[in-house]
Amino acid sequence: MEHGQQHPLGIYFKIWGLLFVLSTMSYLVDYFHLQGMLRWSLIVIFMLLKAGLIVAVFMHMMWERLALIYAILIPPLAVLVFVGMMAAESDYTFLTRLLYFAHSH
Amino acid sequence: MSSNTIEHGTASSSATGWQAIVRDWSSDRQTFKVPWGKAMMWIFLLSDTFIFGCFLTSYMTVRMSTTDPWPNPSEVFALTIAGRSIPLILIAIMTFILISSSGTMAMAVNYGYRHDRKKTAALMFATAAFGVSFVCMQGFEWTKLILEGVRPWGNPWGAPQFGSCFFMITGFHGLHVSIGVIYLSIVAKRVLTGFYEKRGNYEIVEIAGLYWHFVDLVWVFIFAFFYLW
Repeated sequence: MEHGQQHPLGIYFKIWGLLFVLSTMSYLVDYFHLQGMLRWSLIVIFMLLKAGLIVAVFMHMMWERLALIYAILIPPLAVLVFVGMMAAESDYTFLTRLLYFAHSH
Repeated sequence: MSSNTIEHGTASSSATGWQAIVRDWSSDRQTFKVPWGKAMMWIFLLSDTFIFGCFLTSYMTVRMSTTDPWPNPSEVFALTIAGRSIPLILIAIMTFILISSSGTMAMAVNYGYRHDRKKTAALMFATAAFGVSFVCMQGFEWTKLILEGVRPWGNPWGAPQFGSCFFMITGFHGLHVSIGVIYLSIVAKRVLTGFYEKRGNYEIVEIAGLYWHFVDLVWVFIFAFFYLW
């Protein structure tokens, strides 16, 4: 018996179409020069939707058992902690540079 | 502990030394109820997530901490087509190519489980061809930027860290695409020659597919953070 993931082809075409639409929309964010909070929030929303669709459907994660889903999806959260730490660190570096080095340029 | 529970595993308790350790850790225990190759591919992809996570985090760190202006990617990656400058157009085309290759790969997995060898191999070769065109466009983009004077230590438009981030992140991603093309071609050839038909299972197509979709997934983050931000 095969353990394989077998699903109707239709769902792949739908996701494919959705990914095209989402990519076009994120490209249009840049094309129309949207700025500020609107730009960042749209970029992140489109990015997360695309990533979610790829992992859930194309990589079949939504049909896997919870043991595998948690083992793969929880550890990357550590990267977010790291991002937070480095953001604080780079703010500090930026201020230090402004204070001591920026005028030498 | 009563002697009853110890007697339960007579086969493993009879061994001593290293053999006992190996048997205790491997005796009929299974956490992930998927083929081992698939579990290992997922764990490899998790480790790759940390590598790309570190690249993107270091890019964020140097971009946030530099006092020089960051070059505007919308202008740096613009192409002049028919006398008009179109922002990010090559990157957009590369994005659509990679998404299309993910679509053909997903269908290849599907036809693999139906034991349709010709369609599976054709779709996998199509995926690999999309991958090759992606790498070619990346080569074009690198050449253009290098001719314009972008180096890992500097560029004509602003913060010198721009070049090192660009070459490191897109280079490592391009390497993944290139390896994927080789991997998919080998598996597709074996599908065609009936190598997996003899074994009666096409799980390897799904496992190769996982790798390919991951490459597409990484590009989603690079596109958002490096090119659009």
